[in-house]
Amino acid sequence: MTPELKGFLLVNGVKATVAFVVLFLGVAFVTWMERRVAAWIQNRIGPNRVGPQGLFQPIADGLKNFAKEEVLPGQADRTLFLLAPAMAFVPSLLLFAVIPFASPLPLSLDFTFPLLGRFVYDGVLPMVVADLPIGFLFILAISSLAVYGIVLAGWSANNKYSFLGGLRSSAQMVSYEIGLGMSLITVLLLAGNVTLSAVIARQQESLWFVVPLTLTFVLFVVSVLAENNRLPFDLPEGESELVGGYHTEYSSMRFAMFFIAEYGALITMSGLIATLFFGGWDIPGPWDAGEPSVLLSVLTFGMFTLKTFFFVFCFIWIRWTLPRFRFDQVMALGWKVMLPVALAYIMIIATTVWAFDAVNFAFGRLYALALFGLNVVLLAAVYYVLDRGRIIEGRRMPSEGRA
Amino acid sequence: MAIGVRVIKRPEREVSYLRAALTGMAITFRHLLQPKFTMQYPEQKSDDDWALSSRWRGTHRMLTDEQGRAKCVACGLCPQICPANCIKLVPGEDELGHRYPLIYEIDEFRCVFCGYCQEVCPEEAIHVGVHYENAEYDRGRFVYDLERLCAQTHPVSTLWDPADPKGE
Repeated sequence: MTPELKGFLLVNGVKATVAFVVLFLGVAFVTWMERRVAAWIQNRIGPNRVGPQGLFQPIADGLKNFAKEEVLPGQADRTLFLLAPAMAFVPSLLLFAVIPFASPLPLSLDFTFPLLGRFVYDGVLPMVVADLPIGFLFILAISSLAVYGIVLAGWSANNKYSFLGGLRSSAQMVSYEIGLGMSLITVLLLAGNVTLSAVIARQQESLWFVVPLTLTFVLFVVSVLAENNRLPFDLPEGESELVGGYHTEYSSMRFAMFFIAEYGALITMSGLIATLFFGGWDIPGPWDAGEPSVLLSVLTFGMFTLKTFFFVFCFIWIRWTLPRFRFDQVMALGWKVMLPVALAYIMIIATTVWAFDAVNFAFGRLYALALFGLNVVLLAAVYYVLDRGRIIEGRRMPSEGRA
Repeated sequence: MAIGVRVIKRPEREVSYLRAALTGMAITFRHLLQPKFTMQYPEQKSDDDWALSSRWRGTHRMLTDEQGRAKCVACGLCPQICPANCIKLVPGEDELGHRYPLIYEIDEFRCVFCGYCQEVCPEEAIHVGVHYENAEYDRGRFVYDLERLCAQTHPVSTLWDPADPKGE
């Protein structure tokens, strides 16, 4: 191996390891944050005993989970039952790989290890685990794999409640996957590229995409809530209806794996929202378009974390505010509202982009603001229609026949 | 329509999910910032708004006289009135003719904390206490003997007085 190849492998190995360790710490932090915010919303204090402000609570929980007995139901499909937590767990971690979490880091190394030889790396290191050219197509592909873990967990446990949970989650995730994909097409239209770093660069050129694509942002957030099985769409779990849904029969660390998967996906999706609509690691202003530097990387990483955790907070806030939808309402919202709105929105944005191109309107701030104006009108229209409450209210009671 | 079901048309502001959801978000955010009601229990056991009532009936305490002997004269009224039959009393008598309990045990697991023993006691010896931290590592420890009952230091309960129903 050449020193350059070894340097490349070393640097990227370290980067990937650090990224995942940070993600895991983030997951631990989010479990604590969820409990604290929930408590605050309910005028309580929440876990504050283990460590400063209760920050070590997740560690205590983890230790407890390792120490607990693992129950394997007698009627369960053994292989799938044991495999399902991992299948839920892996996609949520894989997703994080394509999200850029800081501006590129200039790095140059040249040193020699005994036995291993010389390592050389010189250049700008993109701060993303894998800057895949297929970008968020990868995200759409992998996030739909997460449903397998849940469906198999529900099915293999051989329990009615688990089964219903799995069934609900498959229906729900398949429906909202479409909303998710459709809403991203408009981002594609503006960015002209699926790589997330290109999306960020495009936002630095103009404005954050939440401005020209406000409606997409709304659709995307709702879809993400449904994809992650967060309230108000947590029907697969539905404690009050299905005991615990797909993870009813799980105990000990396998149960915890579902939770890590859920919170991992929560962080990743928040990061994705930040990246697609809020400029990713971009700090608004002229400075981050300049030369890459270590300071800039650190600052932009801080910015990315801030934005991500803002959305994590929003998701927690929504969870502890809204009650669960009825299942038919979830499906109705997915198919009768999200899909048509997303499709119509694609048509409108595509037409507008085409019209702007036809008159040689250059992409930039003004372009984004013009689209924002369009969005305000569309949002008002969508709000007016949804506000009537007819669509997601569900089927009315038939005026004749049995109730 | 077989049964007269009338679907009432509600006003739009009540039907709108969006408006209700946004209102809800505002409410929960307000609560997020409000002062918290939690009392940090082991450190703090009462505050301005809440304290254990002086009428609380918890685990028992036997009062003692100046010589440190139990005030009990082993009259046998408390085991007689006890609805849970949790008091074990074996009376004894010294050479001067004073009666005293040879064995006085209360099984706190059987006790229903009605406070009758305190009410019936002619010597104001046995009392239910304003006390609730009773955890033990061993079931056997819940049978309080005379020595243990005398050693308790917590305040004793003020029973309900019919002449002063509000405790003023």
